[in-house]
Order: sequence, then C-alpha cells, then structure tokens
Amino acid sequence: MYDVIIIGAGVSGCAAARYLSAYDAKVLVLERAEDVCCGTSKANSAIVHAGFDAVPGSLMAKYNVEGSLMMEALSRELDIPYKRCGSLVVRTESDPREGLEELLERGRKNGVEGLEIIGRERLREMEPNISDDAAEALWAPTGAIICPFELTIALAENAAVNGAEFRFDTEVTGLEPFKTADGDGWLVKTDKGDFEALTVINAAGVYADKFHNMVSEKKLHITPRRGDYYLLDREVGDFVSHTIFQLPDDMGKGVLVSQTVHGNIIVGPTAFNIEDKEGVNTTAEGLAAINQKAGKCVKNIPLNQTITSFAGLRAQEDGKDFVIGEPDDAPGFYDCAGIASPGLSSAPAIGKALAEMIAGKLDLKKNPDFWPIRHGILKPSDLDLEQRTELIKKDSSYGQIICRCESITEGEIIDAITRPLGAKSLDGVKRRTRAGMGRCQAGFCSPKVMEILARELKVPMSEITKSGGGSKLILENLKDGLSEESEGLKAIAKWAADREKAEAAGKEAENA
Amino acid sequence: MLNYDLVIIGGGPAGMAAAVSAKDSGIDSILILERDDKLGGILNQCIHNGFGLHHFKEELTGPEYAQRYIDMVKERGIEYRLDCMVLEISPERLITATNKKDGIFQVQAGAIVLAMGCRERTRGSLNIPGYRPAGIYTAGTAQKLVNIDGLMPGKRIVVLGSGDVGLIMARRMTLEGAEVLAVAEIMPKSGGLQRNIVQCLNDFGIPLLLSTTVVDIQGKERVEGVTLAKVDEKLKPIPGTETHYDCDCLLLSTGLIPENELTRNMGAEIDRKTRGPVVTKEFETTIPGVFAAGNVVSVHGLVDDVSKEALIAGKAAAEYIKARA
Repeated sequence: MYDVIIIGAGVSGCAAARYLSAYDAKVLVLERAEDVCCGTSKANSAIVHAGFDAVPGSLMAKYNVEGSLMMEALSRELDIPYKRCGSLVVRTESDPREGLEELLERGRKNGVEGLEIIGRERLREMEPNISDDAAEALWAPTGAIICPFELTIALAENAAVNGAEFRFDTEVTGLEPFKTADGDGWLVKTDKGDFEALTVINAAGVYADKFHNMVSEKKLHITPRRGDYYLLDREVGDFVSHTIFQLPDDMGKGVLVSQTVHGNIIVGPTAFNIEDKEGVNTTAEGLAAINQKAGKCVKNIPLNQTITSFAGLRAQEDGKDFVIGEPDDAPGFYDCAGIASPGLSSAPAIGKALAEMIAGKLDLKKNPDFWPIRHGILKPSDLDLEQRTELIKKDSSYGQIICRCESITEGEIIDAITRPLGAKSLDGVKRRTRAGMGRCQAGFCSPKVMEILARELKVPMSEITKSGGGSKLILENLKDGLSEESEGLKAIAKWAADREKAEAAGKEAENA
Repeated sequence: MLNYDLVIIGGGPAGMAAAVSAKDSGIDSILILERDDKLGGILNQCIHNGFGLHHFKEELTGPEYAQRYIDMVKERGIEYRLDCMVLEISPERLITATNKKDGIFQVQAGAIVLAMGCRERTRGSLNIPGYRPAGIYTAGTAQKLVNIDGLMPGKRIVVLGSGDVGLIMARRMTLEGAEVLAVAEIMPKSGGLQRNIVQCLNDFGIPLLLSTTVVDIQGKERVEGVTLAKVDEKLKPIPGTETHYDCDCLLLSTGLIPENELTRNMGAEIDRKTRGPVVTKEFETTIPGVFAAGNVVSVHGLVDDVSKEALIAGKAAAEYIKARA
C-alpha cells in the first residue's frame, strides 16, 4: 500500500514526488514512457515566466509567481542551469497602445516585482536586433530561462534518492475507489498489474482529463495545443540576450525569441488546437507560421542556422486555468491538470502545494533523512585545465570526447546511464548530457553512444532504442548467424594475422 | 607543454597527405591529432571502389586508399595521436586537446594544417515536417553502422538527396538485403557523379525522382512512412502531387558542411559561400601559419583532389616553418 501514487513523470509529477519525499511517505510514480520528461515537459519554451501574463486571482497567477520565486534557489539545490536573463514584451507600432499597460497592471496585481515599461531607446540598447517597428516594451527583470529536461530529471533523481519509487513503461488503465484498513483508497490499474494507494495525484499532462473523468462527475476537457519551435545553432546564440515576447493574444503569448541556458536561440511556439494527444509532429503549416511571425519583434532572425525543429503539446483545459487539488466527489484524488503555460514555471510551487495538501490529509510526518541536495553530472568543460587533468587521471573516460559538437565526454555519458533513474536510450542520454543535441544532431556520436549504452546496460547494440518502446534504432544485425567457423570470417582473420605478421617483420627489419 | 614545428588537425586523407608532404619538404617535427581510433578518416567506412583513379592511377576502395597514406605516414615515422579531440586553438597556435591516455594536453605549433573534414546536413537543418521517430539517419551515419558495425538501420528505405553518399548507400543497403524504394532529389538534376547514378541506381532498378522532396514523416516511435511530393521551380512542394511510401527508414544525403568550429573560434575569416576558411592558393588561412586543406576548406567530389590540395598545403606549411627557423 502506497501513501501516494503519482500518475505521470513530467515536471509536475516529479516536483510533487520530490516535495513528497520530504515527508515520511511511501510514494510511487507511474510513467507510461521509458523515462521521465517524455511528454509536454520536454518540448516547450524553457522559460521561467515572471508571472505578469496570468489573470489575477487565477491558480496560474498564484503558482507562476510562487514558482518563479522558488526557481533560483531550487536550481542551486538541484545543480541545474538557471539564468535570470529578464524578459521583454514588445509592443510594435501596429499593436494596440493599451496592451502593455494591461500587462503591467496584471503583473502588479499578481505581485511581480520590478516591472516597468521602457521606451524605444533603452529597448534598442538592450537588444540591438529589435525590430525597427518596436515602440516600447514591458521589462520584467525576474523573467528567467531554465532547462526543462534537467529540471525534471533532477527533481526525479532527488525524489528517488529520498525514497520515492519510479516505474517506467507502466501505463495506468483504470482507477477504482476501494476500502482499506487505513481508510478509503484507490486501486490503480496498469498494464503491469494493480497498485493500491491512499491518495493519487493525476499529473498525466494531456491525458489528465481522462483520469479525472474516471473518478469525478465534474468533467474536465483538455485540448492539446500544439506549438512548433525552431532551435538555432549556438553560433548565433547572442542574437538576443533576453526573452522577447510579442503582445499576447487569445491563443497564448505569441512567438517568442529567447536564448536558452545552453546558449542556443529558441524561436516559437505556434498555437494549433488539435485532437490527437500524441500529435507532436511539426507541420509545414506550423513551420511556415513561425517563419511568418518570428520577425515581428526582431529583425534578420537567422533561421538559416536552425539545427532542429520540434513540436510540443500544451494541456489546455476548457476553464483556461490550472486544476489543482481534490474534486468534491473524489476524496483522496488530487488533480494536477490543465498544466499549460506557465506550467514549467509553476512546477515547483504546484509540487510543493500538492505535497502539503496530501501531508495534511494523511497527517504525514517529516522525513528525517530528506536530503535536498542533488549533484548534477560532472562536466569537465566547467573545470579548469588542472582540475580536468586530475579528473582524467582518476577516470580516463573523462578524457574521451564522444559528442564533438557539445564536447561531451564518455565519462559524462557513463554517469548519465549509471546514476539513479539513469538513461536507457539515446534520447535519455541526450537529455541528461546534451550529447547529440548540437549542430550535427547526433550524426557522428549516435553509433558511439549506442555502443556505450549497450556496454553499460549489458544488452546488444541492436536493442538500443531512440526513446524506448518501439523506437528501435537497428533492425538487423548482419553478424547474426555468422559463427567463428564461417569461411568468410576465417579468411578475414587469416588476412589480418598475415598483415600483422608482415608489419612486425617490417618493424624488426627497421630496428635491425 | 609540447612543441612541434607542425601540428595537423585531423588524420583523414587531407591531414595525412599534408603531413607526408611537409615531411618530404624537410620538416621532421610533425604531430597529427586524430579524433577517431584509427587514421584514415571517413575513407574507412567507404568500402566501395572508385577512389584513386587520378592520384594513384588505379581503382581502390576507401580503406585501401587510406592505407596507402597510413603506410606513408608510418614509413616516415610521423607521430600521431588517436582518439584525440582538439578542444581549442589559440590564434598564437597553442592547441588544447584531450584523450584518455594523455588527458588534457597543450601543444605549441610552429604552423598548423587544419584538416577536420566536413559533416552532413541533418533533418533538423532541412526543416522536414513530421514526427521525430527512430529510423531517420544521415547517409554517412548509416554507412558507419552498416560497414563498420554490421548493423542495419532499416529494411525498407527512402533516400532523400542524391549526393554521392546517398547513391552509394542506396546500392549498399540493397546489397545487404534492404529494399530501397526511391531516391528523391529536390533539384531538377542530381548532384552526384554520373557513374554513381548508373552503377548505384540504374543497375539496381532504383528510381531517381527529380524535383521531389519529403513533405511528411510518419511514425511515432519508428519511421512508418514518408510522403514525397513534386516541387515547383522555387522548390516549393506542389499540392496534389503527394505520394506515400511505406518505409521504416529515411536516409538523408542532402549536402556536406565543412567543419570549422575550431577555425572560426581562432578568428580565421570564413567564406560565407563555401563555409570553409578563406585561403590563399597555398592554402594559408587569414591567420599566418595556419593552413587548411581538404573538405574543411570546401567539399570535394573526389578524394584524389583532396590529396592533391593537401600536398600543396603541407609543402606551404613546411616553407613557412623553414622561413622562420
């Protein structure tokens, strides 16, 4: 019997697990994918919003502002990159004049600090590539950027070392209330067997309506809203130095242009309401829409330096707000639903709030052994020459570069695979280390990373996947069926031996 | 810190030829830094023939061509370090590199020949819409998997781009038992060598579809199909011309890009068109004493031309060193 079962190992689910692991509670996270951070959490703008955009009084406003305030300290505890670069909402000559004033007013009501409207001149000084048409901007110094993969992975790792259990490749298929000796609980049915818990957190992203509607008569409805993005080469990473938003409209915050914590430029998202909850395909229409809209607030955007494009889904609930907590008719079932933007920014605050709600309900005590500190993957590129030399002396795998574009060493990849909740696939390694994230998009390093994965996980290289499930990278091993006795291999072995002999003879002759 | 008269970045055909040429011009202190575990560069995975017709006046496979130069390097006793990645080069020619055996080390070079080769354009830089499943490979990555590791990345294949690597891989995959459904080329004519079109496609009945591109990739986990469409003279897909292909693999052979991150970070001027460094006819970059040769300067069709160019660069680097001795 678990105290809490969390459905979904996205950023909200992992945040809830991490804050729950600070209590003396038995926590299980169920995830249908092979890793954490495989849904909405992996494909978004990677922004910590300041909190001026959400409607005052909404849960979005509350958790965004709280989350934004928590994020910097959390990034230190979890050893993940975070940069308070500040954000600018740009009003162009063609936008309504009152747009920025409204945002400023909302921001003040939401309690966002340091907001001000700045004029054309200062805007140009801050961002030389701002469009000629830019009239003024709302400056939010508390806006920040973060890596959504590292945040989610770090929250999960920290939860795991503090006792939370994770089961991957496990899909929840049903929820039933049932009586236990300890009181009312939930039977959580999955494709890998049933689990019992006193409480359930529904952090299932675009599927959160499905689980909610299994247990409550007050129905939710989530629309996946697809956003397409471009990621540009670090070569043009200084194109902008703040997060630059357009004036928001009904479909969201428009197409933003921002630096990422790793020095790339991100451009996007679009906003298309779709039916398919798995519809993370980019479309020609979507990519064309970025091309068309991206240039509104900045000029000469170097889209020819695109290294990849991708799409993610925001879980947009009909009520246009987060749905957090127990529905009246399903005690012990906690929603964490409708987590659209600003979901990433809000995740720490939502996770903490859910943990507190459940701790209150179950009267949980503090976990005396809780340790909030997590150490990230050691990056030789952060060290000076002397430290790096010492490191390689201790472990030579840190001397071997595997991903040449991002300068990622074998040591980092081994760490990513062998640490708690380690990587099991090419994408798992990529999200933990950035190997394959650079300009060649894993062209050179993927066979090498596959080799390391196979070696560390003790499976044949042909079983390594891109991202678990059916995403096999190799369809046939040509050496299967070839035995040591095969004529061809014998001939090759003889040829190699002869050659070696000849070389040795040559060397001897030289030495003589 | 180590000191060498000449350090060569890259032990592929360009780097080896430059080293041999510099040695033959009287320079003894030479070091080649190679990132792979053997000399030879990309030739090692090019197991087809057709190399060396100009340079050696005979037809060789890639590994054979590489071996000729590996032998020359060894005969001359030229030093090299393998599995060795150069991290940084200062404009004063101080090189920082790393490998397992030596750790991080620095080398001061009297002169440098850059010979890092090129990389392939990827799906990302092409902006092909669709899902991002397993089964999308650049032709060169597939070539490494099949020829070096003996692993088949797909069984029913569509190739986008008719560059030489793509044509070669269409034949290679067919020979290994895969079915290559089509090679699509967005341009009205192929950029590959005529002999490759004949020997790799025509001889195997693989259709070459000109003015055609991929407009969608299906499959959430593994590639399940692609949609091809005709393009107009502005290379925009023409609605209504879409054809679906059931396949499990998409190979990309849509161009090569010189790898010049080190060059750029050193501050050498880069030619916007070739994406390689601006060089003199002796292959000296805009930084004195820093030369460049082969695909790092501009992408070559034939390795023979790479060797020819690198021999000149190696000699020029030797002259540079001697003039300052």
